[in-house]
Amino acid sequence: MYFGLSEEQKSLEENISKFLSDNAPLDTIKAVADGEEAKADDIHKGIIELGLSGLMVPESYGGLGLNMLFATVVSSALGAGTAPVPYAGAYVMAPIAITLAGDEDQKNEWLPKIAGGEKVIGVGLSEFVGAREDAGIEFDKGKVSGRSLFLIDGKNADAYLLANKSGELFLIDSSSKGITVTELVTVDKTRTSIELTLDKVDATLLPGSSDLSVIEKVLDAGRLMLSADTVGASQVMLDKAVAYSLERKQFGRLIGSFQAVKHMCAEMAAELEPCHSMIWHAAHSQDSSTEDARLMACQTKAHVSEVGKQISKTSTEVHGGMGFTDELGLHYWFKRIGLNRQLLGSPELIREEAGKLQGFDQ
Amino acid sequence: MDLEYGPEYDDFRSEVINFIKENEGVKLSGPMRDESRVNWQQKLIDNGYFARSVPKEYGGYGGHMDIIKLRIIAEEFAKSPIPKAMGGQGIQMLVPTLLSLGTEEQKQAYIRPTLRGEMIWCQGYSEPNSGSDLASLQTKGELDGDEWVINGQKIWTSTAQLAQMCFILVRTEPDAPKHQGISYLLMPMDSEGIDRRPIKQMTGDSDFNELFLTDVRIPAENIVGSRGEGWQVANATLGHERGSLADPNVTQNRLNSLIDLMKTETIDGQRVIDKPIFRDRLLSIQGRLMAQQSNALRILSSQINDGQDATLAKFIVKLQGTELRHELEGLAIDAMGELGTLYEDSPHLRDHGAWQQTYMYYLGLIIGGGTNQIQKNIISERALGMPKEPKVQGA
Ligand SMILES: Cc1cc2nc3c(=O)[nH]c(=O)nc-3n(C[C@H](O)[C@H](O)[C@H](O)COP(=O)(O)OP(=O)(O)OC[C@H]3O[C@@H](n4cnc5c(N)ncnc54)[C@H](O)[C@@H]3O)c2cc1C
Repeated sequence: MYFGLSEEQKSLEENISKFLSDNAPLDTIKAVADGEEAKADDIHKGIIELGLSGLMVPESYGGLGLNMLFATVVSSALGAGTAPVPYAGAYVMAPIAITLAGDEDQKNEWLPKIAGGEKVIGVGLSEFVGAREDAGIEFDKGKVSGRSLFLIDGKNADAYLLANKSGELFLIDSSSKGITVTELVTVDKTRTSIELTLDKVDATLLPGSSDLSVIEKVLDAGRLMLSADTVGASQVMLDKAVAYSLERKQFGRLIGSFQAVKHMCAEMAAELEPCHSMIWHAAHSQDSSTEDARLMACQTKAHVSEVGKQISKTSTEVHGGMGFTDELGLHYWFKRIGLNRQLLGSPELIREEAGKLQGFDQ
Repeated sequence: MDLEYGPEYDDFRSEVINFIKENEGVKLSGPMRDESRVNWQQKLIDNGYFARSVPKEYGGYGGHMDIIKLRIIAEEFAKSPIPKAMGGQGIQMLVPTLLSLGTEEQKQAYIRPTLRGEMIWCQGYSEPNSGSDLASLQTKGELDGDEWVINGQKIWTSTAQLAQMCFILVRTEPDAPKHQGISYLLMPMDSEGIDRRPIKQMTGDSDFNELFLTDVRIPAENIVGSRGEGWQVANATLGHERGSLADPNVTQNRLNSLIDLMKTETIDGQRVIDKPIFRDRLLSIQGRLMAQQSNALRILSSQINDGQDATLAKFIVKLQGTELRHELEGLAIDAMGELGTLYEDSPHLRDHGAWQQTYMYYLGLIIGGGTNQIQKNIISERALGMPKEPKVQGA
């Protein structure tokens, strides 16, 4: 029995952290948030060079063929660095979907290019999870029409992976006719979001996706990526709170010497520490396709989102007025955690699913 | 227990309701101090719905202090969308301070324009090294002939970008113990030597500022209370601020909007409010709010009945109110799901992004006005009689 990350996984995490601290310091994140897209592109290129785009692509298609535990390590490190790059959609959900459900042509067309960092696929499963504003898409005779909101990694993507309400997955080329892209602005400026309006757009079905287990696996993977991102971001918020409490003095002493502040930090740590284990465990369940993999994915996303919300609030409080400023930049982590919470299902919706998985709705 | 205010108040209530009906169409736009705003503020004063007990000679309505009438006004205004009376630190903190501790000249000079919304104030208390430990503040005030000369730095000064005046705490008696060396001064914001730099907040707005003060000269008479009494003067009104940061009546309005929102937003075509999981969170917040409203009634009662003690009830208002409001805004975001993360000028934005903005803003208010950890210290030490932490040598 060994519960934990391998040396290889740890060194991957270190490499990403080092890359981000060298290439995406807070000033760069701020510049990206203020609209300097070129800086985000550079960071994106950097993570491709680190091999992250090919992590989940099978070796036979030019990737590294690694597993969800590796992807979890990556996503957590990207969350920690509030990295303004595509990942969960483009480099995890999309390759998993194509690998599981694509035909040979689709695999040959897309997987090597994903691995090589040449193509980005945006992923739109929001309507499958829970449609807002009655959005949704219909597939009919090779064409899709309708609306899909909150695509993950969709901005400037080369293709989109979309789902209809019955869980079938389609690929459309972003240069096809009939697509209107609307940019959505969320609180989290480290990632992008778009809405697609589709009018009879050419689409190819991923043939294997008529089996519902495909979209479920894609969704589980996505939720785990968002959870890992939140865990990484939360850890940084905790670390920053502790560090600040060891610098800041009030009443002639370090604020970290006040029991109130210690307890805030200890509670954050007590809540967060198990979340690291939880994301690894959930990843392992997906990697070994255990029976509880779906339940773990749901509960991980729901639980980690709640813990992240609490930590993002508490860490801000420990920083006092500074925490509320733009300058300190703590809010980039706060908002990243806030967006992760809502993507692919907020805790309430996911817990409802977790209940259904266990037959609690009969 | 008798929750009727008494028949004499029924007439008053109908009068207020009538006024609100007659003015239903009033909508204010334009910046602060805009003529339309000042006129509305004056109309409220003329009718006794604002500054009710402030003497006429200082620009108020000149009525008797009648807390029940104030309560009725607040209740009826809260129910209606007509513009409420303007608030702000001048009205909520400075006016009460001047009324009880100001000189006649100060009352004459400042109260009327402040009430009318023509003179905006900011509160210059916090400093970079003096936040929770406010009494350690270091900004210096030295008397030079008939002028105070102020040097130092203030931070987190809300609305300083709009303010004509600042009530400021400065150290004038450097040799006195820290609480006895502070004075409360009134500083015109157009004085020479004030360098104001806006601070951007996590919300993206820049409502607060840093003030760098270099040889700022103000008249010697611009002091409220005596030299070295600034701490007591300031504390006389900190309570006003803490109460106003989390008024349950305002939260009630917000809860009503949240209910509307949850009735309109849908998930797979089903109204969010019809989903038991969301509904329960809503109802739990409603329950907490009802408790806070009952608590407010008890505080009200203690103000009109002798011998009723509501010390603890008062001390918890800021802590409970700001936390509840933050959670309420958070529920709205969850109820909207991904749409709840939209901000700025995004398509599909709900209510101009107010839910996200207020969610963050109330986290700011959990910190501002004395952090909620400090509130807990106050509750335990002053209301529950628990011992203070031992003082650190030299602090
Ligand atoms: C939105 C907003 C508006 C504001 N507006 C104004 C304004 O108009 N004018 C003005 O003068 N100020 C204003 N402030 C400043 C506000 O009063 C201070 O931020 C607040 O008092 C905390 O001080 P600080 O920021 O220095 O934090 P610190 O005092 O450094 O506190 C940091 C952390 O240490 C904790 N801590 C400190 N001492 C203790 C203790 N003894 N026991 C337990 N925990 C402790 C705090 O709770 C906090 O978690 C505003 C602040 C905000 C956020």
